[in-house]
Amino acid sequence: MQEEQRVSDGRVVVGAPRGATTEPWPVRGLLIVVAMLFVGLFLIAPLAAVFVQAFSEGVRVYWGSLHTPDTRAAIKLTLLTVVIAVPANLVFGVAASWAVAKFEFIGKSLLTTLIDLPFAVSPVISGLIYVIFFGIHGYLGPWLARHDIQVVFAVPGIVLATVFVTFPFVARELIPLMQAQGTEEEEAALSLGAGGWQTFFRVTLPNIKWGLLYGVILCNARAMGEFGAVSVISGHIRGLTNTMPLHVEILYNEYNFAGAFAVASLLTVLALVTLVLKSFAEWKFKAGLKST
Amino acid sequence: MSIEVQHISKHFGSFTALQDVSLRVDTGELVALLGPSGSGKTTLLRIISGLEAPDAGSGQILLHEEDVSKQHVGRRRVGFVFQHYALFRHMTVFKNVAFGMRVRPRRERPSRKEIREKVDQLLKLVQLDWLAHRYPAQLSGGQRQRVALARALAIEPKVLLLDEPFGALDAKTRQELRRWLRRLHRELHVTSVLVTHDQEEALEVADRVVIMNAGRIEQTGTPEEVFHKPASEFVMNFLGHVNIFHGRVEGDKAILGPLEIQYAGQYQASTRPARGLVRPYDLDLELRSNGKPGFRATVRHINSAGPRVKVELTAASGEPVHVELPHDRFQALKLVPGAEVFVVPRDINVFIDEG
Repeated sequence: MQEEQRVSDGRVVVGAPRGATTEPWPVRGLLIVVAMLFVGLFLIAPLAAVFVQAFSEGVRVYWGSLHTPDTRAAIKLTLLTVVIAVPANLVFGVAASWAVAKFEFIGKSLLTTLIDLPFAVSPVISGLIYVIFFGIHGYLGPWLARHDIQVVFAVPGIVLATVFVTFPFVARELIPLMQAQGTEEEEAALSLGAGGWQTFFRVTLPNIKWGLLYGVILCNARAMGEFGAVSVISGHIRGLTNTMPLHVEILYNEYNFAGAFAVASLLTVLALVTLVLKSFAEWKFKAGLKST
Repeated sequence: MSIEVQHISKHFGSFTALQDVSLRVDTGELVALLGPSGSGKTTLLRIISGLEAPDAGSGQILLHEEDVSKQHVGRRRVGFVFQHYALFRHMTVFKNVAFGMRVRPRRERPSRKEIREKVDQLLKLVQLDWLAHRYPAQLSGGQRQRVALARALAIEPKVLLLDEPFGALDAKTRQELRRWLRRLHRELHVTSVLVTHDQEEALEVADRVVIMNAGRIEQTGTPEEVFHKPASEFVMNFLGHVNIFHGRVEGDKAILGPLEIQYAGQYQASTRPARGLVRPYDLDLELRSNGKPGFRATVRHINSAGPRVKVELTAASGEPVHVELPHDRFQALKLVPGAEVFVVPRDINVFIDEG
């Protein structure tokens, strides 16, 4: 901080006393190099390897492996899951944070704890819970079977497991934000004659929009990439209940490396796009926080 | 439009915020609710507005002789001004002020042109028309509160309720806004209730002051009445610095710490604990006894920076005493720390413990 100020003042003094929180340049240089090497070795290199492997047998093979019916089914299923799970958790997240942040009620701390449950439980366990609950030998299984509804080893199960796993993202993002903003603006809106929905759409929602977008992006990333819970409940039926991450595993186990990495590269691109969007939302979100 | 509060009580869990409070505010009046934090003044204001509901079955709120107890806050047409402004941070000043008109059902909503004219007029009234396109974050505290006031006035409120409107501002801005509010009220004549914990503000701005303590009204009266004829020890203590002399009333005498005075009260038959309260400027200093009741004291500290000279003394009996003297009187006495003087009260309020 001090360093920057000195420069922006135009008074760069050689050998000027250092600020208490800066280090001499060899130390700083060493730390930066170590950090960069670490990031390069453990993050960038593997990421690059994904694309190198994906294109190892040429663009045509890459393109071809993305166009097999099974791969296309996996992409479709992933998108379908995301399209259902993200809006569901968006609505739930806003409703839960609204309730937690703006009202006092019995069982509030229990609700806040339960929202975090999916983060605390291993995704595999989450998947198992649904199998135990909806499976043919489970509590609701026989009833579902009688009514010809299939949840486990079918699309509904995958969607349910994904909703469960990505449940906390939006709510966790919004609760602290809404608590910090308090209820005064809503009260002002009500006293000026606005109705409940008007207050929500004109006052509350604009105030939380960047936090909300941030939560939705994180939720979306996880919904696309979820492996553990979905793996347990999907049954790995090719072309039917395989999402993209599951499909990558299957292709890999079949020694179809080019195919596996081609699908993986798609997921990676999605992750990179998510990261860019996330930084943008974060930047807007912080700017919004500053103006409070 | 008058406000009538009838037998309102409010509990938050086991905490009693208001206990059987009744109050009438006449049309066009500006009334200040004054009290320490936790005295229930803000709760009372929020109940009048409808933002808070009183205890079930505890009483009624009447606006202009009409029972609004069951009415939703949005239907009561009250202008509420919050301590921390509560401006919509993502809207410009213009949109903030227009909000109350824009959210009306289509049938009652004024046209765009009418809204623009009304907002312009209100922003001129609060002298902020040049800031219409700024965002709240770009305004100073005083400007924000004036925008909040314009926003509240935009719905043509029946009554204006202000919750510590100047509480978050610095002393100088507070002074300015106080005078400005007084002027505005004279122009608009809208029935107003102002909550404050600042006694100076209440006495300066309000037509009538309601002093609250622990969920009850201690005294209601004009600023002059509550200041010069405090109904209780609490009121006198709250409205400014006082010296408190603990003692008792005995026959026709009051013995209050170092002081013994004649006292003609209603408890002449028995001895009762009592306290005498004297404002620092109602104590005079003499170099020697002049026959009037008083007591000896030693000067400890003198502070002459200010409109009056503040003298701290210790009575012969050990109690600290604060005296405020005009500068000319102070110079005539030639006081120095360590001097022995005679303290003579000019006016003393005696409060006897109810038995």
